[in-house]
Amino acid sequence: MAVNADFVGRTYPPSGPYPVDAALIAAFAAAVGSSDPVHTDPGAARAAGYADVVAPPTMAVRFAQAADRAYVADPEAGIDYSRVVHGEQRFVHHRPITAGDEVLGVLTVDQIRHAGGHAMVTTRTELATGGGEALATCTSTIVVRGGEEG
Amino acid sequence: MSARSLASVAVGDAVGPVTVPVTRETLVAYANASGDQNPIHQDEEFARSVGLPDVIAHGMWTMGAAGTVVSEWAGDAGRVVEYGTRFTQPVVVPASGGEVVVSGTVRAVEAETGRVTVDLTATSEGRKVLGRCVAVVRLDVDG
Repeated sequence: MAVNADFVGRTYPPSGPYPVDAALIAAFAAAVGSSDPVHTDPGAARAAGYADVVAPPTMAVRFAQAADRAYVADPEAGIDYSRVVHGEQRFVHHRPITAGDEVLGVLTVDQIRHAGGHAMVTTRTELATGGGEALATCTSTIVVRGGEEG
Repeated sequence: MSARSLASVAVGDAVGPVTVPVTRETLVAYANASGDQNPIHQDEEFARSVGLPDVIAHGMWTMGAAGTVVSEWAGDAGRVVEYGTRFTQPVVVPASGGEVVVSGTVRAVEAETGRVTVDLTATSEGRKVLGRCVAVVRLDVDG
């Protein structure tokens, strides 16, 4: 099975909305060891200028990967998920994600490269609120390790 | 906590090092919070069955833990405006637990915009686990 290069440039309809709440933010912050009170104390978050408690910067990946699923799970895309490793990840935050946001993700397949028998697939997910306010641009490169045919 | 003052930051400043412990419980908590339930991050037998030395941490856990070091240095987790990395080696997490050592250096300070670029390194058992790991934080220009 080969990764289907015809998908380059394809943009998917918005996925979500994914609701963001304080419990999820607190759990993610605890898991990555962040004790910053802006994650857990609404008073501290508001004092720092935010609408509510703030998600850790990498929490955006939860929504980006949820948006990715429509692509990677499509049999036509030719991605054998058991052979996938995460190669690269990048976030550009337009404003921090906070509790109360309803996040939509729009996925675009930016690039598919083949090298050394592997395929490198770069996707970009634009996260925004239902009202169209930009939240984050999440760019991910996965490596689909080559199979028998090299 | 409040955001670090831009005036106090200079090119070459050190961030960390900080030693971050990681246990199997950490990875279960991360799996639940992130939605990534791949068993290679939780189940030793499964991890070995696909050729891994043991349970490995999610790459995104490692990126998140290194991000915590820079956001705590910045003094406000909402100040991280850009953050990217390559995943070069997995963090192996035996039943007894593992650790990641994170350190950084301020590479650039933009006085006009308050953007501060930090190059980060993360190692586990002496191996570099993140590559080209760079965060940009935005501090207050009048701060």
